[in-house]
Amino acid sequence: MLRSLTIVVALLLSMWPAMAHADSIVLWHAYRGNERAALEQLVSTWTQRGGAEVKLLAVPYDAYAAKLGAAIPLGDGPDLFIDAHERLGSFVERSLVAPVADAMTDERAFTDSAVDAVTIDGAAYALPLSQKCLALYYRTDLVAQPPKTLERMGDALRAPLGAGSFLLAYETRLVYPHAAFLHGFGGRLLDADDGFGFVGHEAEASLTFVKRLIDAGTVPGDADGALVTRLFASGKAAFAINGPWLAAELDARSVPYRVAVLPMLDETGRALAPLLTVESLMMSPDGAKREQVRALARHLASAQSATERMRVARTVSARRDVHPPADDTFLQVFSAQAERAVPMPSSVAMRAVWEPAEKALRKVMQGHVAPREALLEAKRRFDDVRRPLPPPASRTPAMLIIGALCLAGAWMLLKRAREASFRVELRASLPAYRWVVHAVVAVGLLVFVPLAAGATIALYAGPPGGQYYVGIANFVEILTARGGPLLASGSFYLVLLVTVLWTLLNVTLHLGIGLVLGVLLSRPTMRLRALYRVLLILPWAVPNYVTALAWKGMFHRQFGAVRALTDTLGGALGLELEPIAWFAQFSTAFTANLATNVWLGFPFMMVVAIAALTAVPRDVLEAAEVDGATRFQRFWKVTLPMVRPSLLPAVVLGAIWTFNMFNVVFLVSGGEPDGQTDILVTEAYRWAFTRQAQYGYAAAYSVLIFLLLFSATRVPVWFKRRRVVQVPA
Amino acid sequence: MSREPRRIESVASHAVVIAAVAFALYPLLWVIALAFGGEVSAEAELLPVPRAPTLDHLREVALNTTPDGETWLFGRQLLNTLVVSSATAIVGVAIAIPAAYAFARFRFVGKDFGLRALLATQMFPAVASAVPLYLLLDALELLNSRSGLVLCYATTAVPFAIFQLRAAFEAIPVDLEEAAMVDGATRGQAFIKVVLPAARPAIAVTALFAFMSAYNEFILAATLLGREQMFTMPVVLQRYVGEYGANWSAFAAGALIVSTPVMALFYLVQRHLVAGLTAGAVKG
Repeated sequence: MLRSLTIVVALLLSMWPAMAHADSIVLWHAYRGNERAALEQLVSTWTQRGGAEVKLLAVPYDAYAAKLGAAIPLGDGPDLFIDAHERLGSFVERSLVAPVADAMTDERAFTDSAVDAVTIDGAAYALPLSQKCLALYYRTDLVAQPPKTLERMGDALRAPLGAGSFLLAYETRLVYPHAAFLHGFGGRLLDADDGFGFVGHEAEASLTFVKRLIDAGTVPGDADGALVTRLFASGKAAFAINGPWLAAELDARSVPYRVAVLPMLDETGRALAPLLTVESLMMSPDGAKREQVRALARHLASAQSATERMRVARTVSARRDVHPPADDTFLQVFSAQAERAVPMPSSVAMRAVWEPAEKALRKVMQGHVAPREALLEAKRRFDDVRRPLPPPASRTPAMLIIGALCLAGAWMLLKRAREASFRVELRASLPAYRWVVHAVVAVGLLVFVPLAAGATIALYAGPPGGQYYVGIANFVEILTARGGPLLASGSFYLVLLVTVLWTLLNVTLHLGIGLVLGVLLSRPTMRLRALYRVLLILPWAVPNYVTALAWKGMFHRQFGAVRALTDTLGGALGLELEPIAWFAQFSTAFTANLATNVWLGFPFMMVVAIAALTAVPRDVLEAAEVDGATRFQRFWKVTLPMVRPSLLPAVVLGAIWTFNMFNVVFLVSGGEPDGQTDILVTEAYRWAFTRQAQYGYAAAYSVLIFLLLFSATRVPVWFKRRRVVQVPA
Repeated sequence: MSREPRRIESVASHAVVIAAVAFALYPLLWVIALAFGGEVSAEAELLPVPRAPTLDHLREVALNTTPDGETWLFGRQLLNTLVVSSATAIVGVAIAIPAAYAFARFRFVGKDFGLRALLATQMFPAVASAVPLYLLLDALELLNSRSGLVLCYATTAVPFAIFQLRAAFEAIPVDLEEAAMVDGATRGQAFIKVVLPAARPAIAVTALFAFMSAYNEFILAATLLGREQMFTMPVVLQRYVGEYGANWSAFAAGALIVSTPVMALFYLVQRHLVAGLTAGAVKG
């Protein structure tokens, strides 16, 4: 049975077609929907005109940067790829893109802001395709005319809004839309010298302004994209600030809406100005060398293609000579808005802005902290991430230590090899080696080697491509909290405490629930147990990315199911319960994470428990029953000791996996409030992916996590040894 | 024991299990509502009911095509995922079984070190090891191939599989194999004829675990595979999440489709989770 299956699988694996041949052009993108359709159409026009074959690959956005970064340096990457201009800075730093050279025939064909966006140190590194920014949506059934100023939005209404409705909805959780307000007050996210710009009078005024809107019930607080869509589509919000991507969802639901350029602010006399993203076509260093690739790039960036793209994808062109049709008000408005938008800085420093700025924004919106204080803290955090990297260190000490360790190891081996008893033992071990050798080779090569190679990065600093050896500087920085107080928010020690609490609670609940259900579902007298078992593994079976987000939605303060549940319960008991802002305090945010992870993890423990319980012989239990043991005694004294050895691996490994459970913490609380619910592994990820790609620093975190876990699993062994010593005394 | 307490006990255990089922299913109602819902409401709801149920999202996901108009891409990708995950389960368990048996039954030099090293592999978060793994697979010419992906998944699943199976083998009385060997069987024959059948529940659980770890993995698959026809379902579904928002309805619809084969598979696997094999074998 097993062998025939293996043969089938091997056949299937070998039948798969070989890779594309070399003369075709590989183009990667992360588009979906209409934008993807437009690209596919333009590429087919190219091949119809006799251009080389093009292999398109739509990569998920979440894996896009990682895939580009891994593939291009090896020459495995695409010839061309499409990405937002703001990532160009880091791409150039890592040599993932080449200058466009003759692929850009005429710079003046593109708008000034688009050319600025793709130019780094005087050279153009990409061809601008389309421009994206936010604008104002309004419901024509609720609003007669778009208002001139934001303050007079209420006057534009046809009739006063009902209770539970909002005048304006936008993603108040995010800095990206807030930037429109910041610019309206004359502020900037990043200053000219790559310093943190989200401080000072303008930034404070923008936060105070928005906080007032939320407090007055004009704008919903803590809104994410899904909520904004929901409110606007259902008529619970008259206006929305959103990008062109909202239109598709509104059209699908036949919502009556129009768009307008963002209004002015009475307070400053300036207009709200959103951030501008220029979607651009980039060439990898290998791709840029081929004339065919540059020709395809010219084709995709041409006026004709831009017109076609505008028609199919409904995005605004970055070309001066391509205008939206006169009767297309939607594109007219977004085109006009793009002209007034502020291009997103493409500097690497920009990547360090988002996280501290977002934390400050949320703190202020929750009313915990005054704007000034929150922004100064954000600046400190930004400066902490942008701190000068440690100086290069000499490799000599490490070489000496490694050399000494190798010598010591060799000497010990030699000493043991000369003992006759050891040689006898070794010879006796030979049969066992035949059973383990393949596992040793497979795990050693594909698991150990990459992990060890990853661990050595901990001794380096600098961006990928420009890394240099710094010795143990990364570890020193982490363990000294980079000179700050040792128990400050986000410090290694505080995060460690949270991680330990997280692991203990999760494992206890997983094991408790899994064991109880396992025992119940193992009873042969239980009816419907096959059905129950299948239903109970569902949390494990449904992809957890979407279920984690469903859980996050359930904990929404205003619209979550948990609120509906507490309201119903409160109503039944005659109580008026205040809705809980789950992600505003540590205790509740932690509980939300815990509930999600317990839900995700108990089915695994249950299945392991059911399997373990099969090893308990029924006659032993029957004998215990005959001897008069109660059910509880039988479970505690007979069943549990018998299943413990088979449960132990799942519990130990479950604890280790929970310690490093990235997804749930990242997707549900996202570290909120203020990074307090982050665990060590999410911290490590933030250093690697959102804080300027400090892989060395992230790897140092990983090594510390490893050392902690390794010594934690050694603790029981030390206890045992000590006890053994104590017994004879 | 009299009849009455038994009935109370049976009702109580059904009540506990039904409560757990409710806990397991409740969040999924939102996924289902998303997948079938056309309309959205802006109220806090206890039970989400799609206002205008539609099959559009399911259709959108299932009738996905390639640029060159190849239909049934979705079916191919789903089959692909099932093959990759099954291969992971088979290869992973096949690598782990002999090793686990050696760890359970033999004494050998380096045994403790080996167990500790296996455990250690699980402790290291893979933040910085994606690039080394990529380089390694490139050197082995296993990039852009499903075999490479299967090997990665299988070897990652091996440490847990070894621990789980070792515990199961240790729970099987040594007398069984010794009896078979006295009857003239070699150790290999005794292992295949006696030990493996007795460890069936643990093997089923281990294989399920390896299967699921491959079935849900996204980032490695997206990084290592370079052709759409090779993509596994998590990669396909993740494409509904873009930089500026996501098509959650399509994602949810896809998630529901993806979870049905797992349920069917588990229904088959759980028949192997039956007690009495060991007990019966000892008696016989």
